[in-house]
Amino acid sequence: MKASMTAHQVAVDAIPRLEPGPWREDLLKQLRADMRVVTLVGRRDLDRVAITAVLQASDRSLRVSRTEVAPERGYHEMTTEHAALHCFERELHEQTGVRIAGHPWLKPIRYEGQEQSAMRSHPFYKIEGKEVHEVAVGPIHAGVIEPGSFRFMCLGEQVHHLEIHLGYQHRGVERRLLERDPRSLTPLIETIAGDTSVAHAWAYCSALEGLAGCQLDGETELARAVALELERVAMHLSGLAGMAADVGFLQGATTYGRLRTTAINTMMRLCGSRFGRGALRPGGVRMRLPPETLRDIRANLELLQADLPIINDCFLMARTVQHRLRSTGTLTTAQARELGLVGLAARASGIELDARHLMEHGAYSVVPIQPAVLPDGDCWARARIRIAEIEASLSWISTVIALYPNWEHPPLSIGELAPNQLAISLVEGFRGEVVHCIETGAHGEVVHYKVQDPSLRNWMGLALAVRGNEISDFPICNKSFDLSYCGNDL
Amino acid sequence: MFLSLRVRASQGTQAIADLRKAVPTGFRGRPTIRRDPCAADCSACRDACPTQAIRLAPVALDLGRCVFCNACAEVCPETKIEFRPEPRMGGNEPVDLTVREGEEEMVRVRASAAFSRLFGRSLKMRQVSAGGCNACELELNAVTNVNFDVQRFGIEWVASPRHADALVLTGPLTRNMKEAVRLAWDAMPEPRFVVAVGACAISGGLYDGAAGVDRGFLESVGPSLYVPGCPPHPLTFVNAILDLLGIA
Ligand code: SF4
Ligand code: SF4
Repeated sequence: MKASMTAHQVAVDAIPRLEPGPWREDLLKQLRADMRVVTLVGRRDLDRVAITAVLQASDRSLRVSRTEVAPERGYHEMTTEHAALHCFERELHEQTGVRIAGHPWLKPIRYEGQEQSAMRSHPFYKIEGKEVHEVAVGPIHAGVIEPGSFRFMCLGEQVHHLEIHLGYQHRGVERRLLERDPRSLTPLIETIAGDTSVAHAWAYCSALEGLAGCQLDGETELARAVALELERVAMHLSGLAGMAADVGFLQGATTYGRLRTTAINTMMRLCGSRFGRGALRPGGVRMRLPPETLRDIRANLELLQADLPIINDCFLMARTVQHRLRSTGTLTTAQARELGLVGLAARASGIELDARHLMEHGAYSVVPIQPAVLPDGDCWARARIRIAEIEASLSWISTVIALYPNWEHPPLSIGELAPNQLAISLVEGFRGEVVHCIETGAHGEVVHYKVQDPSLRNWMGLALAVRGNEISDFPICNKSFDLSYCGNDL
Repeated sequence: MFLSLRVRASQGTQAIADLRKAVPTGFRGRPTIRRDPCAADCSACRDACPTQAIRLAPVALDLGRCVFCNACAEVCPETKIEFRPEPRMGGNEPVDLTVREGEEEMVRVRASAAFSRLFGRSLKMRQVSAGGCNACELELNAVTNVNFDVQRFGIEWVASPRHADALVLTGPLTRNMKEAVRLAWDAMPEPRFVVAVGACAISGGLYDGAAGVDRGFLESVGPSLYVPGCPPHPLTFVNAILDLLGIA
């Protein structure tokens, strides 16, 4: 397998192909032996479904395997033994119609295609009892945010079960990706989850560049990483502002909010968009860094680094904040591991998983970045992980622009894509790992494009985290995970 | 207490004093198209555009479709198209959103006496995202932050459609949200109007004709205001609303 900084590539013919039974046994064996699932993707190929599993070992290497089944025959589910597979098997069933025998809960992830009409009639999980009552929220929520619906089963004020019902944002992203020239998809990719524009764009670019045999220089990768870290800083600040607002700590809400403005305006200086749109293009970057911009960016970074510690102190020491966040929405390490959580939610539950860590090449090998990990798994931990990651990213960016102040390289041109290849890219966005898989066919045409936002895996973490909590604490729990609706619904 | 004061001191006053004149440095906003002859048979800009926003001979660009990706400007051999840090754009009707070759004057949102009378002193808005990617939503949220502070004009977001005068839509309108959008609209008391924000809501943008999209609602209830961008800058939104309401 060929690997660059963020993308891995393998010839389709070189992927081990097993019969469904042995394939399943092999997967479960690897998962018992400490591998973790990165993705499980399925593609309809005439009257068969090709299912590809991607696992990752603790040394970060990937292991790919494939099976082909007739959809009506399918295979026997693996979710019961390995719960982290639940979302993948549900998606697989929804997208390819493959039978997954014995699966405990094949609820559609996003109600696409024919499923759409079934959205209203979904039988929500029920708890019996005289004192039990249900609270239904959404799809439209009270604030200026995306839609999704939540069904709480409560006993008094206490939440016993939460079922999250998504799909309202389903636009048809993956189908659309196959309708266009694969080399000019960036504007579309940047809208998969608008707050994760850079991470998704990077995942797309690096997979495509691998397929086209295009090698980037180190400075271009650093430039991309600067954009990615700015996105992280901005969105973590947005998350902190939201959490502060939800506990009624208004000084935190306004101050984190205005610091986010500084961060996104810095992004705008670099690429023309506050969300990093247009910053990355296949073959390179389109970022500007003339001397006066560099000066302003340095000044902005200094401002952020000077002002953040003050508001952080204020926020972390405020009794209201501590009182509302500590021990609220707790997810233990064992639960997080079982559900296959990724990103900041996993790190806040004691799992050291960060695609930027221990890179052998690329931007984060030049200037390394340490993952922030906390064991507690509560809202307080998720807030503190954000604070730690903002600090780390800011100092990372400052170091990089001091060492390499020169990254205006016009993008290289992207040639034909190599035929019969599977490219898998992993980029650590602010929520967690963004995974893109692109498979090419006999003529280099894209036959499958699978997009995976970290939200797909983490929504279930939120559902479990609120169990046993007061329903009034739901907004804080929700904000502490800060998951994407459109990234899930695609 | 002292910490609090320190935060307050370092914060200073963040509000942008004149929202009507503010220019966001570096922003890729309203484009201009120079009136220079195009090379014979050149259609580079039109071919590069991911949303079919460009018409040729003469070159015209539809801000209602444009996602400001800059691709057209990059490929134009005559460098006719240039994106400027100008946030002020918008229209009362889709036709107002076309940028034409050599056009000096930019079309602005026209003030409406009726809107001014009804909502000029107080406008409550309910936002609904129907397939919005969260960038539009974040920018709309930002219009009430300490920088833009649109509440100073009596303009506010409200939680319930029953309290709202305006339904501010983002996203291409997904089929799965069709019913909810209709319910929100039906819950709003008259007089009421729709604002379409972002390329997605105005024209479908990158998702025009996509599998999960159903724009039926907008075909039956036409917007009274169009706010272009992908996403629109908060200044774009604020200026368009203030123009419509005739607030100086
Ligand atoms: S900037 Fe707008 S008009 Fe130009 S190519 Fe991009 S979407 Fe089309
Ligand atoms: S117009 Fe652009 S920013 Fe707004 S929702 Fe659509 S894709 Fe996102």
